[in-house]
Amino acid sequence: MTDSKHTFHLDSNQQASSGCGLDRRDFLGAGVAAVATALTGCGTLSKEEFLQHNFQELTKEEVLSVIARLEKEYKAKYGKDVKVGTTPAMPGVIFGYALDLSRCIGCRRCVHACVKENNQSRSPEVQWIRVLQLDKEEGVNLQHADQYYNPAEVPEEGHFYMPVQCQQCKKPPCVKVCPVGATWREKDGITVVDYNWCIGCRYCMAACPYGARHFNWGEPNLPPDQVNTDTHYLGNRPRPKGVVEKCTFCVQRTRKGLYPACVEICPTGSRKFGNLLDKTSEIRYVLENKRVFKLKEELNTQPNFFYFYGV
Amino acid sequence: MTARLFRTAGLALLLLALPAGAKEPPKKAEPVAQEGIEVPKPPFSDGIFPCTGCHDGKQLKVDTKRRELAMHSEIELKHGPESRWCLDCHDANSRDSLHLASGEKVEFTASYKLCGQCHGDKFRDWRVGIHGKRTGSWNGQKQYLLCVNCHNPHSPRFAALKPMPPPTRPEAIQTKKGGAR
Repeated sequence: MTDSKHTFHLDSNQQASSGCGLDRRDFLGAGVAAVATALTGCGTLSKEEFLQHNFQELTKEEVLSVIARLEKEYKAKYGKDVKVGTTPAMPGVIFGYALDLSRCIGCRRCVHACVKENNQSRSPEVQWIRVLQLDKEEGVNLQHADQYYNPAEVPEEGHFYMPVQCQQCKKPPCVKVCPVGATWREKDGITVVDYNWCIGCRYCMAACPYGARHFNWGEPNLPPDQVNTDTHYLGNRPRPKGVVEKCTFCVQRTRKGLYPACVEICPTGSRKFGNLLDKTSEIRYVLENKRVFKLKEELNTQPNFFYFYGV
Repeated sequence: MTARLFRTAGLALLLLALPAGAKEPPKKAEPVAQEGIEVPKPPFSDGIFPCTGCHDGKQLKVDTKRRELAMHSEIELKHGPESRWCLDCHDANSRDSLHLASGEKVEFTASYKLCGQCHGDKFRDWRVGIHGKRTGSWNGQKQYLLCVNCHNPHSPRFAALKPMPPPTRPEAIQTKKGGAR
């Protein structure tokens, strides 16, 4: 009885609004779009984009429509069919990474392979990997680190090299401080960002002790011919201006079983990657047999990124 | 009598040892069967292989005396030159292969066995994928490299490389209207 009454009310409401030639939904949508335009100061933000929810809360259908919209936008922008994947974490997998400090020669091949793979802005170039040149006499002392070294040849006498990127912490301080929940740790241990939910406050950058997060101060400058069209929503899809981005262990590759781009390019084989839950994986062999340390272990961020000495 | 006693004692020991052996943690995984390792071709200089093109035993007589070579002057031996020379690794009688210290012949495609004789620790790490580069799939098929793909066997130190460009210093970033600020 109550139900039918309720339905009747709804119906009458709808009839009433359609009577004025504009229903409530359209009216609100137009209003929101106008507000969005006013707020962002540019007319490029569509109504759908403005109303889109956090990626974690989307239903399957909503995800599909978001992906379709993004792919259409990228097609218009770059003139290429960019595939935006949403592959979820594989069950029974937690990714781990190990870097051999006794082998790395600081050639920065990884830095640039990463930029190419992950569609970072080219000018100014956003780099997710920072290779530090350290003094052998000082050891891992970040006070003596230089990231701008540029000799004719590496390695240089008396130095060793330490690439630093996102450490994919088990207790990520960046996730803890995000006021809107735009960044979180996935089931396979990768911390990701929803670029459409990020408000660009950069709290996470302040919280990260590894300098692993990077902000798009301007519209990312990504020439269409350099776009990597194999992307992931939470990974390397082209980013808008004003959002934070970071290393995702090449989520678009690793969730398909491939090695990250930095592992694939490293000429010295210093970079090791695999499933921490797989007893036969390379990463487990390193952890069980080599001298391993975590960067800034005292902060209790509990990285899944390890440094080791392979000698 | 003594023999029987020994035998009994031996059997007892064996019985004791058996369950202990079974309880031992399983051997460290050897993820790749040694013979199943997929390796690329060795990086020969152009036109150098097969060696029997010249060293066929007719044009050139085998001379096993250690000496300065007239040919192959481009090879500079920086791999313990005091105690080593060509025929320690290259086989005098079968020029298209190498040989181990035992005299056993080894193909160029399996040269890692030869390297592994002295560099056992590196060989062990290489087989499990820790030393050296692996590409492909972290949970499936992987491609290896031979030792000699990275280390010139005659001069094995990893060659120095020109580093790729460093990051831009913040003060050097150009300001652009509508672009980076």
